[in-house]
Amino acid sequence: MKVSKENIYKALEQVMDPEIPVLNVLDLGMITSVELSAGEVQIRMIPTFAACPAVELIRRNIKTVVEGALHTTVNVEIDKEAHWTSNRMTAAAKEKLKNFGIAPPQIANGEAYSEILLETPCAHCGGKNTYLRSPFGSTLCRAIHYCRDCGQVFEQFKPLE
Amino acid sequence: MTKNNALTYLLTAMADDALVQGHRNSEWTGLGPVMEEDIAFSSMAQDKIGHAWALYRIQQEALGGADPDQFAFLRNEKDYRCCHLVEQPNGEYDFSLMRHFLFDHAEAIRYGQLQQSSFAPLQPLAKKLKGEIKYHTLHANAWITQLCRGGEESYARMQSALNVCFPLALGLFEPGGDAEALLVEEKVYPGEKALKELWMERIYSILTLAALNLPDEKNVQPAYGGRQGYHTEHLQPLLDEMGAVFRTDPAATW
Repeated sequence: MKVSKENIYKALEQVMDPEIPVLNVLDLGMITSVELSAGEVQIRMIPTFAACPAVELIRRNIKTVVEGALHTTVNVEIDKEAHWTSNRMTAAAKEKLKNFGIAPPQIANGEAYSEILLETPCAHCGGKNTYLRSPFGSTLCRAIHYCRDCGQVFEQFKPLE
Repeated sequence: MTKNNALTYLLTAMADDALVQGHRNSEWTGLGPVMEEDIAFSSMAQDKIGHAWALYRIQQEALGGADPDQFAFLRNEKDYRCCHLVEQPNGEYDFSLMRHFLFDHAEAIRYGQLQQSSFAPLQPLAKKLKGEIKYHTLHANAWITQLCRGGEESYARMQSALNVCFPLALGLFEPGGDAEALLVEEKVYPGEKALKELWMERIYSILTLAALNLPDEKNVQPAYGGRQGYHTEHLQPLLDEMGAVFRTDPAATW
């Protein structure tokens, strides 16, 4: 495959999040820049949470997958200036997340807590009669909710400013 | 006192607080009073230790400091700058919850102010961590309020935990002498007194909702000394445990 920006992005579609394997790094908005210079590919990325334990693994996966697809040297750096927020997640990603059984984050609106406390649609039945049971779930990026309509617990990808 | 030394003083204190509080939170793993609390304290532990790592990393990259892992685990007790609040053993859940409430609101205030720091590397980090700590304070507020409305015993236990924790929590804002004065002058941050006042305002509004009485600051002795390297008897055993695996083989790779 020719080394072009288009093909790099195509290869990046194959790099999945280890904790949510239906989402790739582009879906999540983790990639902040892709550059070609002197026969090398420079990719910059940002973690979703500062202490995300999967960051190093994702960084290595990006390198391995893109190098495998394009047969060139790839450097992956953590972007210290860019700021990840859950609003970077694409609409398509939110749909995939829902189909995977995790409620997608609402649009994060700053200081207000209401976006996570109220009416997070249930990932199982779509009901809105739900409440936040704990802001911490099975991974740093998830919260636990309870649905009064279907009586089930579900997880949500938390909105993050 | 150079600006770099003053910055190192501040970052070490913040990072050591986060590291030790993170370790204490992790001690709830497997022991939480209900499953969600077990998960919550474990998640917050992971966050705090990650935050400590990021601060040690800034020291290494911007101030010529040591490797974060070495710095976190191979110092002598007197070189740690954490406050006495975080050193205390977990105690009962009421103590741990109250400590977490007071600590996380202090962090929220601190990172809120550091977003405007003249020390550039702190700006993006402060913005990121402030967003994450929002979930810690949300968690603490919910439980403080619920337990204070839960009956006489739980209310009394929360008030008693507050009385014990408050003087210790004032140690989060221990005056930093020349280093602090220089950092304020250089607009790195507004200083401990200013942070403490913002924090008092913020916790007061939630404690009021919970009908808890904040002890009068004039009648308590703040637990100072941690920032100068004077610690309680609880720190050394904690450091021994925390660094045990790392010291077994500091050159090991994963």
